[in-house]
Amino acid sequence: MSGIPHDHYEPTTKGQKWLHRRLPIAGLLYDTIMIPTPKNLNWMWIWGIVLTFCLVLQIVTGIVLAMHYTPHVDEAFASVEHIMRNVNGGHMIRYLHMNGASLFFLAVYIHIFRGLYYGSYKAPREITWIIGMLIYLLMMGTAFMGYVLPWGQMSFWGATVITGLFGAIPFIGEALQTWLLGGPAVDNATLNRFFSLHYLLPFIIAALVAIHIWAFHTTGNNNPTGVEVRRTSKAEAEKDTVPFWPYFVIKDLFALAVIMVIFFAIVGFMPNYLGHPDNYIEANPLVTPSHIVPEWYFLPFYAILRAFTADVWVVMAASWITGGIINAKFFGVLAMFGSIIVMLLAPWLDTSEVRSGRYRPMFKWWFWLLVIDFVVLMWAGAMPAEPPYSTISLIGASYWFAYFLVILPLLGVIEKPQPQPQTIEEDFDAHVGKAQAPAE
Amino acid sequence: MQNGENLVSHAEDHEGTRRDFLYYATAGAGAVTAGAAIWPLIDQMNPSADVQALSSIRVDVAGVEPGTQITVKWLGKPVFIRRRTDEEIEASRGVEVSALPDGIARNDNIDGQVPATDENRTLDEGGEWLVQMGVCTHLGCVPIGNAGDYTLDGNVGGWFCPCHGSHYDLAGRIRKGPAPENLPVPVAAFVDESTIKLG
Repeated sequence: MSGIPHDHYEPTTKGQKWLHRRLPIAGLLYDTIMIPTPKNLNWMWIWGIVLTFCLVLQIVTGIVLAMHYTPHVDEAFASVEHIMRNVNGGHMIRYLHMNGASLFFLAVYIHIFRGLYYGSYKAPREITWIIGMLIYLLMMGTAFMGYVLPWGQMSFWGATVITGLFGAIPFIGEALQTWLLGGPAVDNATLNRFFSLHYLLPFIIAALVAIHIWAFHTTGNNNPTGVEVRRTSKAEAEKDTVPFWPYFVIKDLFALAVIMVIFFAIVGFMPNYLGHPDNYIEANPLVTPSHIVPEWYFLPFYAILRAFTADVWVVMAASWITGGIINAKFFGVLAMFGSIIVMLLAPWLDTSEVRSGRYRPMFKWWFWLLVIDFVVLMWAGAMPAEPPYSTISLIGASYWFAYFLVILPLLGVIEKPQPQPQTIEEDFDAHVGKAQAPAE
Repeated sequence: MQNGENLVSHAEDHEGTRRDFLYYATAGAGAVTAGAAIWPLIDQMNPSADVQALSSIRVDVAGVEPGTQITVKWLGKPVFIRRRTDEEIEASRGVEVSALPDGIARNDNIDGQVPATDENRTLDEGGEWLVQMGVCTHLGCVPIGNAGDYTLDGNVGGWFCPCHGSHYDLAGRIRKGPAPENLPVPVAAFVDESTIKLG
């Protein structure tokens, strides 16, 4: 599977040979688990395993929750309370599923910013990056629909506002929104289909995860130096790498254990900390909560959605050029989806030859500003849409686009990168020392 | 190159061959079949017959006194039905259309875009009955009645959306805040003295 030279699976016993001739599944698993992995990976490379764990956690807890949940407007809210009060251990399963979504998004954000800093999106890993972005989009869709299922006030009004975004699309918007909802407003048809899709999408995510792993097992992992593993010979490749099993499996599991301590502390002691009390009030189409806020992991993009109001000059210009077809509402929708599309295009927007941000003195500052920008947008998204928060959102949203559309293309031209190590081995020895290198 | 040596590409044949025709015919038939198979799967998500059947309801308004309002659910959304007092009608009719952020009546009972005068928004000519969707035109929240900056005497008539602070006046017209349009007036009519048919 990998382009890095390494030992392949050889069936030895009679039974192994019998199976291998008919289905080389043991070989596939062996090559996957024994993949040569750059030995200088730091702690930012543990989040892939955390994400895999989250997906499994959500699917397992989700399947058992579905055994007790009723996707009907008259019973959904009560069935969730039934899970909380009557089902054996139901409250724990639900709290795990609820907070599991938060851990999932925390991990995916760190994973994405890891990729942005170390240039993991650059050639030849563009496909890995794009698949990753598709997974992220599906995660958002899945999480959004999952949040509707308890049929609380925030479920209902969140669904109303978010599906209303599609209604902002010119010409086809209204028909599209009606089609998505299965009626003129969020109702039973909506709840039912969201349940169906919420159950389906994680399995599509799982398939994409397999392709994601396949893609980076073909190119090899990126690493903190951004320097490629030597492929000229097996001996040289082995100086830059160690097998995934057991070295990185143990490291990742240790990291996962630490994260689980924190996760279970939250699930056990403050399970509703990240939720909204309003969602424990049953959905009521006739009363709106005074302040509709999405879950924390949507806040940065929600802030971008709301940032472009009718009095912003780009919105006025877009409206004037298109003869009013693009109004403030539609512009906001375009900006929100655009903010993810520019991230998807990073492999082609970044013109620098140097992969890792470690050797890019100017890039570093802009990158950390982007991280701060993300946190500021998250905060602004939770605030009411009024000054000064609207101005802060607008500045934050503008920087987000500027980073991808202006700074990344320009930096490659004007920046003078620092010298990179020749090999991963050189970097590893400089940091860890030869004596402490793991024995083969 | 002789015909027959290259069975797949016939780029050198300027006239279509029998094989080209078969390719296009097969591909075309395949596309039509795939479309015919996918369309029902897409169309099933559109509103079902029972949902569409609810698109018209009758509301008994016999108990609605002047100066009060009721909220009914129609097509999954709230509809505000208000019976206005003479003072409200008078105050609302005194507003100049030029003072309104949205000068269009947004009344589904009237064809074309007419000015947002009070007369063009009420159900009856006298202006006693005001029927409108209770959905803020900003992001779809439900405004609160008898509230906001455009009430009569501070607490009669007018609507205020708590989500992002849109103020609607005594005729449900947007006056202040982020909402772009007046509250829409749905298709409605009196079928007898005390019953309003919506839709």
